Amino acid sequence: MFENFFAGWEPVLMGAGIGLVFGFLLQKAAVTRYQTILGQFLFKDFTVLKVMLTAIVVGGIGIYAMRAMNPDMKMHIKNAALLGNVVGGLIFGVGMAILGYCPGTGTAALGDGSRHVIPGLLGMIVGAGVYAEVYPFIKDGLLKIGVITVDETSKVSLPQLTHLSPWWFLAALTVIAVVVFLIIERAERRSKAKPADSV
Amino acid sequence: MKNPLMLTTWSPYVVGAGIGILSWVTFAWMGKALGTSTTMARTAGVLTGLVAPDHVYGNAYYQKYLGTAAEPKAWFEWQFALVIMMIIGALVAAKLARSTFVEHVPELWTWRFGPSKWKRYLVAFVGGIVLLFGARLAGGCTSGHGISGGMQLAVSSWVFFLAMFASGVVTAFLMFGAKGRSHV
Repeated sequence: MFENFFAGWEPVLMGAGIGLVFGFLLQKAAVTRYQTILGQFLFKDFTVLKVMLTAIVVGGIGIYAMRAMNPDMKMHIKNAALLGNVVGGLIFGVGMAILGYCPGTGTAALGDGSRHVIPGLLGMIVGAGVYAEVYPFIKDGLLKIGVITVDETSKVSLPQLTHLSPWWFLAALTVIAVVVFLIIERAERRSKAKPADSV
Repeated sequence: MKNPLMLTTWSPYVVGAGIGILSWVTFAWMGKALGTSTTMARTAGVLTGLVAPDHVYGNAYYQKYLGTAAEPKAWFEWQFALVIMMIIGALVAAKLARSTFVEHVPELWTWRFGPSKWKRYLVAFVGGIVLLFGARLAGGCTSGHGISGGMQLAVSSWVFFLAMFASGVVTAFLMFGAKGRSHV
């Protein structure tokens, strides 16, 4: 396990720098808090959605702009094995509501002062181990159901699938994000104006 | 004006834009996409490997990340460092804001299930198992699939995002009900 385990200083230091900023940003948005994550699932606090949609829109515009300038730029799209994506997503959502964190926010929550995330992080490592043991039994079964392939790869993007320009999707996402944000902000202003519920 | 680094919270739009820009940097400089849950799989493999290395190097899943006994792959790589430093990044952000936040049992949880620390710890442990099993089955988590995949307009990631959000909402309402909304 300790033969050639170190990938080298350059990638490790760059990863460390990016991780430092990532953890910092997550804490500043308070998405490292259980109450914020559950607040999103209970439709009370929309911080998670605001962070994610903004990151997707800003990130997407930049990445497709870089790709327009350099068509050889490698993308990092995960396999469209739809049954695995859906079932995995459904299981993930259950776990996220129970734990109150996802893997990234949970890791950062440890630095932010959450103590109950410690057993959660240990559980995550166990869960990954359980999956590794199950994987040999599903790799030719469940994971092959609902696979979408375009141009001999299942790492498929919406533009590849539909033969539409990515800019149509990014423009639509931007409009959707702005409209959703305006609705949320308006609703939040209204609920603040009302006196607090007495429960 | 107060130093922005010392503010307790930033606008979620500012943080979202920051994560978006951080993704550009990760793509351009590292040729990678932000993600975290693969590191949990590597860690599980390394820990299992301490007692049963042959088993790990013979497992088709671990082979993807750790290689084989003849050709081991480096596991202390960029994402491993990223995940460890996320803890420090959040710690620095909290300390700069003079945060004294320590949470054993969240408020919403206490309201619904009582103040027992060990009950919450046990359920958090189980939640972690479920969470990572789902992430690995889907091929990623909120960062790798949701944010990085979402911005690349990946079919798999949008399917994952919608599925996980829907099931998170249903689970949260089953656990806490509409009355839980006044405790978050």
